[in-house]
Amino acid sequence: MELQAVLMAAGGGSRMTDLTYNTPKPMLPVGNKPLMWYPLNLLERVGFEEVIVITTREVHKMMSTDPKTKLDIKMKLDVVCIQEDGDMGTADALRHIHQKVKTDILVVSCDLITDVALHEVVDLFRAHNATVAMLMSKAHEFTETVPGQKGKKKTAEQRDFVGVDQSGKRLLFMANEADLEDGLIVRRSIIRKHPRMHIKTGLVDAHLYCLKKAVVDFLAENKSISSIRGELVPFLVRKQFSKMTSGQKRMDDTETVDQKNDGLTNDDLFFPSRDEALLQLAQERSCWNDHRGDMSEAYHGGKLRCYVHIMDQGLCYRVNTLSAYIEANRMVSHMWFCHRSAHFVVHPLLMLHFVFHPQMGSDSMIGAGCHVADKTSIKRSTIGISTTVKEKVKVTNSIIMHGVTIEEGCNIQGSVICSNAVIGRGADLKYCLVGNGQRIEPEGDTYSNTKKSILLEVSVTFGLV
Amino acid sequence: MADSGVSGGADKKDNIEREKIEGKELTKEEKQRLRKEKKQQKKGKEKKDASLPQVSVAETAAPASQLKAERRARQEAERTSKQSKKGDTGQPATTSKPKIPPNELQPVVKRLPEHIQVDDPDVLKKLAKKLERQQIPRRLDYGYKVSLFSHLLQYSRKAPLTQQLSIPSAVIHPAIVRLGLQYSQGIVAGSNARSIALLHAFKQVISDYTTPSNEELSRDLVNKLKPYISFLNQCRPLSASMGNAIKYIKKEISNIPSQFKEDDAKKKLLNCIECFIEEKIVLAAKAIAKSSIEKINDGDVILVYGCSSLVNHILCEAFEKGRKFRVIVVDSRPRLEGREALRRLVQKGISCTYVLISAVSYILPEVSKVFLGAHALLANGYVMSRVGTSQIALVAKAFNVPVLVCCETYKFCERVQTDSFVSNELDDPDDLIVTRKGETQLKDWQQVPRLGLLNLVYDVTPPDFVDLVITDLGMIPCTSVPVVLRVKNVDLL
Repeated sequence: MELQAVLMAAGGGSRMTDLTYNTPKPMLPVGNKPLMWYPLNLLERVGFEEVIVITTREVHKMMSTDPKTKLDIKMKLDVVCIQEDGDMGTADALRHIHQKVKTDILVVSCDLITDVALHEVVDLFRAHNATVAMLMSKAHEFTETVPGQKGKKKTAEQRDFVGVDQSGKRLLFMANEADLEDGLIVRRSIIRKHPRMHIKTGLVDAHLYCLKKAVVDFLAENKSISSIRGELVPFLVRKQFSKMTSGQKRMDDTETVDQKNDGLTNDDLFFPSRDEALLQLAQERSCWNDHRGDMSEAYHGGKLRCYVHIMDQGLCYRVNTLSAYIEANRMVSHMWFCHRSAHFVVHPLLMLHFVFHPQMGSDSMIGAGCHVADKTSIKRSTIGISTTVKEKVKVTNSIIMHGVTIEEGCNIQGSVICSNAVIGRGADLKYCLVGNGQRIEPEGDTYSNTKKSILLEVSVTFGLV
Repeated sequence: MADSGVSGGADKKDNIEREKIEGKELTKEEKQRLRKEKKQQKKGKEKKDASLPQVSVAETAAPASQLKAERRARQEAERTSKQSKKGDTGQPATTSKPKIPPNELQPVVKRLPEHIQVDDPDVLKKLAKKLERQQIPRRLDYGYKVSLFSHLLQYSRKAPLTQQLSIPSAVIHPAIVRLGLQYSQGIVAGSNARSIALLHAFKQVISDYTTPSNEELSRDLVNKLKPYISFLNQCRPLSASMGNAIKYIKKEISNIPSQFKEDDAKKKLLNCIECFIEEKIVLAAKAIAKSSIEKINDGDVILVYGCSSLVNHILCEAFEKGRKFRVIVVDSRPRLEGREALRRLVQKGISCTYVLISAVSYILPEVSKVFLGAHALLANGYVMSRVGTSQIALVAKAFNVPVLVCCETYKFCERVQTDSFVSNELDDPDDLIVTRKGETQLKDWQQVPRLGLLNLVYDVTPPDFVDLVITDLGMIPCTSVPVVLRVKNVDLL
């Protein structure tokens, strides 16, 4: 076995509580499929046969029972349930399944929607015998207006600074803006070894990591690390350039920030592979070097290496904010698997009244069991399973989840309607977010150009003109 | 060694005889297996003829001749009986190089390897069928090929074979996938490095191997290795040294007696691999260094080309022994391997000069000796090495500068080649594209009709240009290579 896949589906969706207060994030419908179907589909397409899914009990129940959220995945899913209340970070979850991990692992987050060629990431991991290989993508600006937001969202606060070498593959530096109070400090050892470093800020971390088994073993012993993205990966990136001698405390002044890792040397993390001496012999005889200009051998003799594959074309979304969710719904209809013959854009079980054929744009997605009456106009929208759309309804740019009833004459624009909501006759919704099971009164006017409102409970007032 | 080989062959024959005597109705699979075993036996015997020598050559001269006569007689009898039974088995073209059998009594059909017959659609079809059977994806040709070399394969580094494999590779052992990637990306390059890495990967494969029930390790493991070797061949065509290493391993595996337990067999195999590396590569390098140091005098100016691990080793050893010399490193595009050689020599403290191959006739008047490494030594005395080596040898001959080629004996190969066209390797043509001052002239070379980029990897140097070949057997002239090969074959009887 070369790689074991681990899907992290226990996240809370803390940045989009409007949507996730009722439905857990892995089960949110995107393009009428639960969110966790997308990474699982990616793994299945590539050839994995079993996946360890770390999730909460609630999600597990929904996965197995709820027909609306059925995953038609042929892989074997080994579900591990953890407590949803606990502050279990991703690294804690890995520690939890430490016993099941027998080889190197590929960790995927449940909110990743991408069509990356996965072999690019895994090839970096294999060819350079890397400790960690990850995927990043150039971030796209989200252009859709999001309900509940005034104006354009500012993307300043949580920037990531990622430093790569000249080839663009080796990861030299990674820090989050929140951790850098005084400024960006780059260690001299890095600059000495890699004089040319490109620092990028506009990258989205896809949270897809290939980790060596030794790292999981290391995590099992060091209980202080709780998040892969926040702590483990920056730690490994820093460790690439720390001194290799065992038992010698490092003298770098920047080590004050990770005092908790004192005494850990590179040797702890570096587990020699079988027949290390032979590999070393082959490396010495090979006339290849990953850098030139100085006197050191390939990889500067370092055993710990971190690599990153930066996608510049293709889709890569992390659905952890509302704007990302809306954008993903739009994009998903363009993704390749929507053109598979098995997956109809307009589901065959649709019941259409053919008096006047409803206008449906080709970029809309309609789920199974829907009733769409005539004289409706559905453009650039996603309509979930078992929804009812009565006559003379105009739906544009919206996301309608499962089981929604839209009475006649409604006009819905740029909105997100969560499951089982009922929109009364003649309602006019612009850029709204209607929560689970809500009712909008008939003739309800919710013009929200000035205030893009979110309706969660009946007691919240409507934004009226 | 010779005795055990004979008894091993006899053992297998007994098994088959027993099966026939029992008179069972052989099913189709069993018949196929029988045929395969017979073929392997025959190959096993031929391999023993062609496999690698032990370090001491002169030992078994007298008793060998008696055994030789016995074996010849038995071989003859077997062959005549087999031919009457077998008929045409329709074996697909293998990648084995045509062998010169020791007894010329029967003409052996020489089959050309497939990787130099790419413009023949029948050969391609056979290759595709074979790869399909082994469940290995086929790597596609890339770009327009120069017509003289259209019979060779040309791959692009940007389209690795792993694109078509499933990611947790089930069919192919992960160590082999890693190795194939490293070959195709050039991370492991150089004849010795590739062989050592290959043997390392085979060690992993053997350690992870478990014999399925009803199978024998000696036969099943060899069959397991075949798809791996095809895979590696698809990633990058095998070198002569790798071919010899593979032959050695296959022979060792086939010679495992059937009564060995699996763990013992695996331990023995791992031991054999380590011995092979130790003897043929590490110790051979030491022996060659020792011989070469006698040839290096104080005040010498030595010219080297590209990055040969063996030549670098020799120069470093000579420097440590206290010889005073300086080195001129000649380099060529697109590989520019000389930079790596330069780094290693300068790190040791040797004073070096660096030129490109276009300046070789300018620099040669200063040079007192030329040391070249070899990828393989062919049976007619030609030296197959990195492209550009024959140029250096030619110019050195014109200047009357002695040319010494350093090569271990496990790189000796029974192929015969007189030109660099017939069998060569085409590297990624995009390597030739270079950006200078922001301009890339060859950016859209595929759009230009009838423009082909040629990136050759090897060339052959005739023996007239080579003055001495330094091997672990001693210093021999180039024309003695077929003698060494013959002695190797005889020695193992």
